[in-house]
Amino acid sequence: MKFGVVVFPGSNCDHDCHYVISEVLHQDVDYVWHGSTDVTGYDCLVLPGGFSYGDYLRTGAVARFSPVMKAIEGFAGRGGLVIGICNGFQILLEAGLLPGAMMRNTGLKFICRFVNIRIETASTPWTKAASVGQVLSIPIAHNEGNYQVPGDVLEEMKRRGQVVFRYCSPEGSVLQEYNPNGATESIAGVCNREGNVLGMMPHPERASEAELTSTDGLVIWRSLLSHCGVEIPA
Amino acid sequence: MARARLFVTLKEGILDPQGKTLLRALKSLGYDEVTDLRVGKYMEIEIDGTDRATMERRLGEMSESLLTNPIIENYRMEVEA
Repeated sequence: MKFGVVVFPGSNCDHDCHYVISEVLHQDVDYVWHGSTDVTGYDCLVLPGGFSYGDYLRTGAVARFSPVMKAIEGFAGRGGLVIGICNGFQILLEAGLLPGAMMRNTGLKFICRFVNIRIETASTPWTKAASVGQVLSIPIAHNEGNYQVPGDVLEEMKRRGQVVFRYCSPEGSVLQEYNPNGATESIAGVCNREGNVLGMMPHPERASEAELTSTDGLVIWRSLLSHCGVEIPA
Repeated sequence: MARARLFVTLKEGILDPQGKTLLRALKSLGYDEVTDLRVGKYMEIEIDGTDRATMERRLGEMSESLLTNPIIENYRMEVEA
């Protein structure tokens, strides 16, 4: 399976994603520069975390006009797999590839810590190796993770199974006290209607090796590999 | 050359964490008469051109594509030709 990790000016989780894909998942991976206009040959594109264009104006607002985003839009439209993590999620929202928008965390603080998220659907390429209700311990690191979406859009997203992850207690209860950033209905990750585009605030690439105290992020990578028919390395 | 002013405000119903924090801060300073506060953005734009309608149309495009996010923000502009 061939991955592309997109690098914007200000991306800072690109190397972590590249490392996990090549060293942990043992898959082919390239860096794809934001000026690139061709993404053919890839099975999955990763938009990593960071502070693209300094987060000026709104997070992801400038990056979404990078030349590569036009190519990614076409790639996603043809069913190509795209995952946006943290700033990558914010870019996908600004680009209109996922519904909603990000506001500042309600506490106005940058939050960097492990949180628990609950799998809300196992019907996406990103969660098919998981079970509904399964709780993952994965770190977040963001200042703008307060997910907002108009009510009617949210209702339709719920009907279509587009809410993929919610912040929760260690036991899997979705309660306001476990919502770190004020996100609507504790939403931590969503996908598009077709399910091939995922955005999530937590960083699965930071929870993919035992040395980093949690390997729960592997569930997402393993789901993806299994979706693409790749033999999962031990 | 013309000068445009763009006022960006949060849509009704969108929670404004900064505004809420400033509201609390004002109250703690004794300004109890303040009942709500919402933070927006103000931009000054210099633009070449003489035809007002064209400038307004182009500024509207700029506002909706990059300068604001229509999901969470409204805007109002003033063009001084």
